[in-house]
Amino acid sequence: MVSLLLIFIMSLFFSGFIIRTKSILSGRKGPGLFQPMLDIFRLWKKGSVISQTTSFIFQIAPSAYFASVIMAILMIPHGNNPGLISFDGDFIMFAYVLAFGKFLMIISALDTGSSFEGMGASREALFSMLVEPAFFILLGSFALFTGQSSFHQIFSTLHYGSQISYLLGGLASFVLVMIAMIENSRMPLDDPKTHLELTMVHEVMILDNSGFDLGLIMYTTNLKFAMYGAIISNFFIGMFPYEISIPMFFIIQIGFAIAVGIIESFMARFRMGHNPQFVFILTSVSLLIFFGVLLVLGKFV
Amino acid sequence: MKLKKTINIVNNQAINLVDIPVCNYRDFAELNLDLINGKPNCHCVSYFGYPIEEKIQLICCIADDELHQIMVSSSIVDKGAVLNSFTVRNPNFEKYEREIHENFRIGYTDHPWLKPLRYAFNRADKNEKVENYPFYGVESEELHEVGVGPIHAGIIEPGHFRFICNGEQIMHLEIQLGYQHRGIEPLFLQKQKLLERTTLAENIAGDTVVGHTTAFVNLWENLCGYTPDDSLHFSRILALELERIAIHTGDLAGVCADIGYQLGNSVFGRLRTPIVNFFQEWGGNRLGKGLIRAGKINYPFTNELAKRLIEVLNAYEKDFFEMTHKLFNLPSALSRMEKTGVVSYEEVLEIGTVGMAARMSGLNRDIRLSHPHNLYNSLTHKPVIKRHGDVYSRVQIRREEIRQSISYIRGLLQSVPEFHPPENFTEQPQKGKFIISLVEGWRGEICHCAITNAEANLILYKIKDPSHHNWMALAQSVRNNDISDFPICNKSFNLSYCGHDL
Repeated sequence: MVSLLLIFIMSLFFSGFIIRTKSILSGRKGPGLFQPMLDIFRLWKKGSVISQTTSFIFQIAPSAYFASVIMAILMIPHGNNPGLISFDGDFIMFAYVLAFGKFLMIISALDTGSSFEGMGASREALFSMLVEPAFFILLGSFALFTGQSSFHQIFSTLHYGSQISYLLGGLASFVLVMIAMIENSRMPLDDPKTHLELTMVHEVMILDNSGFDLGLIMYTTNLKFAMYGAIISNFFIGMFPYEISIPMFFIIQIGFAIAVGIIESFMARFRMGHNPQFVFILTSVSLLIFFGVLLVLGKFV
Repeated sequence: MKLKKTINIVNNQAINLVDIPVCNYRDFAELNLDLINGKPNCHCVSYFGYPIEEKIQLICCIADDELHQIMVSSSIVDKGAVLNSFTVRNPNFEKYEREIHENFRIGYTDHPWLKPLRYAFNRADKNEKVENYPFYGVESEELHEVGVGPIHAGIIEPGHFRFICNGEQIMHLEIQLGYQHRGIEPLFLQKQKLLERTTLAENIAGDTVVGHTTAFVNLWENLCGYTPDDSLHFSRILALELERIAIHTGDLAGVCADIGYQLGNSVFGRLRTPIVNFFQEWGGNRLGKGLIRAGKINYPFTNELAKRLIEVLNAYEKDFFEMTHKLFNLPSALSRMEKTGVVSYEEVLEIGTVGMAARMSGLNRDIRLSHPHNLYNSLTHKPVIKRHGDVYSRVQIRREEIRQSISYIRGLLQSVPEFHPPENFTEQPQKGKFIISLVEGWRGEICHCAITNAEANLILYKIKDPSHHNWMALAQSVRNNDISDFPICNKSFNLSYCGHDL
């Protein structure tokens, strides 16, 4: 329950922090932290325009996408406090609930019959598919490390004994930050600011969505960011009481948002053809974590 | 001895219309193809037809960059004649012949790509409509088509891009323009006042105000037999170089935006402002409208302005070169620009590109050197040439040309010529003249042609914007590239839609 509440609060400000960071780094003042949320509220007050060539898939996809992310968030613990849904192997369900939402978004993009959206959908499907091994090797390694197999138990028994395990935490944060960037279609894989439909990944899939549905999709992106931030924070707050863990949660989340802003300010996005190579790097880093775990457990060498 | 078939003139030289030799179409074709085939130093600057009585006179102007001359020849054909095209033997003429076909119903037996060009209001066949443009298509299960435009996501002009792709890879791109129907050329004939015509010239292409206006006023002054003094020439080339700096900087910002490099986008975007603001300070308009006038200048360049401009450039230069240094050393940016959108030397030669789109692939085409106008004779201009023909070359050319323009401006500012209010300028053009005016705008060669009749009225005004040829280079450059690299290729050329849709 605690984590649901915290993620919800953070989701209201997350893109505000990113946009503010980017504004300041490009020499502008930038909008208030709550502005992205106000834009979403504005969209929520509007009706949707629905293309006549689409079927019911197009109409249910945004809500299903939103629901899938909410359900995934229910599984995220906060330190010692388990998520509302918690059972052995819940991280597998977590990954596939998210994949379900994404699947619906992809077929809804295909449903519109637009050639742009088809291209975007194929790109999104490719990158998500390539991310999957990285995520499972990562969490599988931590399951092996702690001897547990649910989010809550993995994180609550995770404690850092040796220097290698600190390294593992650092690497895991890196992989999760990058997974979050890919899943949310941010730089360097996708540029959310671009107006060029030919280069977009996620943005082009939602070209036909408008009004309430668009607002829902945009809010879901914020929720997903906060959700990944919560997973990252869990690597570090496992054994602390609430007085320390809650402030740490926010510090880590804000640090994450600022890191995203910095990455997006100071580098160009990748060529589309290089993206799969980049996503594979995450899998190799996850493998590094896996070998690190074997090393710590003495099963290696 | 054989009869002379061409008349050789220099840039901005007015000749009597009757002095242009007329030969039969077959000789005319042989002559011009011989002049241009296999000679990289020659290219066609203008080829057009205009009606005389019941016939059409075709006039072809081939510029020789080494002799610094323009060879003009002509032929008279019937309306509705069916001819052999030049294009099969040299693709340089492709767009010109399409235009002649569209306007005068002249048929070509062997033109490979005889499609409508710009749907002019006075076109010969009113059944040719934008809606039923004959696109090149493929029947294949593997390939798919992507159509972009004519209404785009950004605030830009209308144009339709039809891609044939194999997955992410572009196999073919066809660019269809002609949505604007502005009828600029007929308007030049209808509007009788010089001010109206100058304003028209200013609005041919909004990003090349100075370039097109300079071409117009150079043409008009020479058509009237007027020789302007140095202070007028001075202000024109100063404005041309300033426009080059401003637009190149804006383009660099655009390239950075398209590769998602926020820092470059905001810094270059900011740097463009002081330059265009200087135009505002000088002539009251940020685009330079109202600055260039035939036979006069309403805003003489003063020593105070020179001092201000040096301050502006000093501040600009420091930040600009710091930012380009960053951009050209950023691995993620280089990986987007290098080897993207390559057009080879052979291709640009075939297409007949001009300006940056020629110099990027090692083809030396620069009017400032080959057909100098205004004061460019006094500058020892050395065109910036790159060899790879990719996005990176085009971006590098922009940086180098900005560096060059700044040094030219600094040189020019050392001796600002004293301004004398011009006298004796009669606005009346001479009778029965033909004149051609070439100007190197920031995008490349701008060509304006005019013909006056025996009553000293304009009977033809012909404009060729550098985009005319260069659009084809864009279509070639994206072949075998990722479709997601199209925007950056497009931005690196930054071609004009309205320059095409005259």
